[in-house]
Amino acid sequence: MSALRILVPVKRVIDYAVKPRVNKAQTGVETAGVKHSMNPFDELSVEESVRIREGKKTPVEDICVISAGPTKAQDILRTAMAMGADRAIHVETKEGEDLEPLGVAKLLKAAAEQNKSNLVILGKQSIDDDAGQTGQMLAGLLGWAQATQASKVEFNGDVVQVTREVDGGVETLKAKLPMVITTDLRLNEPRYASLPNIMKAKKKPLEKKTLADFGITAEKRLKTIKVTEPPPRQGGGKVEDVDGLVSKLKELGAL
Amino acid sequence: MATFIKVAARSARWLPRITPRSTAPAGGNKSVFSTSAPRRQLMATAGFTESQLMVRDAVMKICSNFPNTYWQQHDQTEEYPKEFHAALAQDGWLGIALPEALGGAGLGISEATMMMQTIAESGAGMAGAQSIHANVYATQPLAKFGTQEQLEQTIPNITAGKLRVCFGVTEPNAGLDTLRLETFAKKQGDGSYSVSGQKIWITCAQVADKMMLLARTTAREDVKKPSEGLSLFCINLNREDHRLKVSKIKKMGGRAVDANEVFFENYPISGDSLIGKEGQGFKIILHGMNAERCLLAGEALGLGYAALGKAAEYARERVVFQRPIGQNQGIAHPLADVYMRLEAAKHATYHAARLYDASKTDGSIRQEEVGVACNSAKYLAAEAAFAACERAVLTHGGMGYAVEYDVERYFRECLVPRIAPVSREMILNYISEKVLELPRSY
Repeated sequence: MSALRILVPVKRVIDYAVKPRVNKAQTGVETAGVKHSMNPFDELSVEESVRIREGKKTPVEDICVISAGPTKAQDILRTAMAMGADRAIHVETKEGEDLEPLGVAKLLKAAAEQNKSNLVILGKQSIDDDAGQTGQMLAGLLGWAQATQASKVEFNGDVVQVTREVDGGVETLKAKLPMVITTDLRLNEPRYASLPNIMKAKKKPLEKKTLADFGITAEKRLKTIKVTEPPPRQGGGKVEDVDGLVSKLKELGAL
Repeated sequence: MATFIKVAARSARWLPRITPRSTAPAGGNKSVFSTSAPRRQLMATAGFTESQLMVRDAVMKICSNFPNTYWQQHDQTEEYPKEFHAALAQDGWLGIALPEALGGAGLGISEATMMMQTIAESGAGMAGAQSIHANVYATQPLAKFGTQEQLEQTIPNITAGKLRVCFGVTEPNAGLDTLRLETFAKKQGDGSYSVSGQKIWITCAQVADKMMLLARTTAREDVKKPSEGLSLFCINLNREDHRLKVSKIKKMGGRAVDANEVFFENYPISGDSLIGKEGQGFKIILHGMNAERCLLAGEALGLGYAALGKAAEYARERVVFQRPIGQNQGIAHPLADVYMRLEAAKHATYHAARLYDASKTDGSIRQEEVGVACNSAKYLAAEAAFAACERAVLTHGGMGYAVEYDVERYFRECLVPRIAPVSREMILNYISEKVLELPRSY
């Protein structure tokens, strides 16, 4: 069987711990001066790729991380390399040049072809837009097998067995390479980058590219009309006892 | 009620980003997302280098596995935080300021200071910082002056966390007057030494395997200058040996980390434990003193920001007379004032660290300039931290006195950087003499 060449797309998003705020113009979420980090689902993808290599069951020739975004996206590419990726590609986009899931999928298709990848591992969604579409679109465009929301990935030669959590239990899929896998929360526990690996990551290659290098333009199919905050939570009320609760629920028409 | 149900349904949509975090046990498995726990940062980070921010971010992640309850518990049981030391060692953080050739990261004091600040700021306080302080700092003179053999035997084991080091300089009868050290290492016929004397305030001597010991090898009367005749050793600390006695000092704060009196009575040490040349110990120690001032300044800053963060949070949430107490200027203004003091001390601290690092390659920077900057930084950071911790307790009112709210622990700990490694008064003397050219008073 052929050695694995893994492509791992990663995205820089507002840190999961930050409470997002809508900007004044109501066109989106405020990103200026807000802590950003790697999309947590993408951390799982990087970790899984590194574990496949460390597991030694399947030879891994290359782990390449790729991110499209502003210059700052390089920070998370370095983080991914500190966790164990071999190299990185940064596709620089300009201010306002936002990609939609289909655009990202087209970009990744071109990247997978250029880099001769035979496995793409990506997060099932990014926690900013929560579209959850890119992996599926990418598999469709490439014509590869796909296994989404993986909670376990096992290799047996060219055959990959993926366990995914579904309503009421687990589902097991088998597919042959090349394929696309999207990661879910219980797949693994991402490591912290150690200091020596952070230092080594500074010397790993980071290639800078543009959308044009992949024959992509950031054309928009969707138009955001308005973004607003959810209405503030109303304070709750206290009831004395169970009878009080029942009568209150009846009063509100919930029973 | 109907509104409540709607809200619950909406937050359920966000469950994937909220749930994976909360259950990380102290020092145990990492939670699924490896980012840090939610904690708003007060300190402005503009102007820090990429390396410093990288250090801050990465160390914060590790510290997020050690919540305040971990430190409360260790403070009460006076137990060494070995899981914390192991977690930092495992990811290579103890080697932050060691050269790459020795397996370190080759970063400077600017980054090491940031690491110490981040540790203290995480809620670990001075206890967390002091639990690894000597392991970061004591290796510096070793790395610079040690023989190849000494380096190979010790440094990789120290950075990997297999060996722990303590620093043995201070003595009960010498205090700040280091040149009056009385502990004597007498050379024996076979080239080994026999040590007799007493050390005090030796942090971690209960758990350390090695001690960096400063002792006289030539009597003060027999040398031309009092700074001569002192030697530095890296010795084994064999607490089983009856010629060595280590007794714990009960103290005010930072109780998770032991401080000790150490007694030597003809305690034998090998000849090859000598670092550098005999009689050059004081010069070697001086080399690291300015660096230590920076680290301590960083630790003080971290403690100050942690206390201020707690105080501001409490002032926002605590409602008395139907409004948050932070709405009262009597509460708000002292906190705003201390924020500015901390920010100012931060600039002094990282200026000193930058100068220290630059002085290694830039010959035009005078050592005295570095000394002034490092001492000023330690002074300012310690005072700002003290103000922050005191006001944090007062802001909490009665609750500030309760262990659960952490600020009493910070308050007990914030006296350490005011006193050590050099007192406020000695720094004022130093500035009076070196900068203002006033006559020496002592």
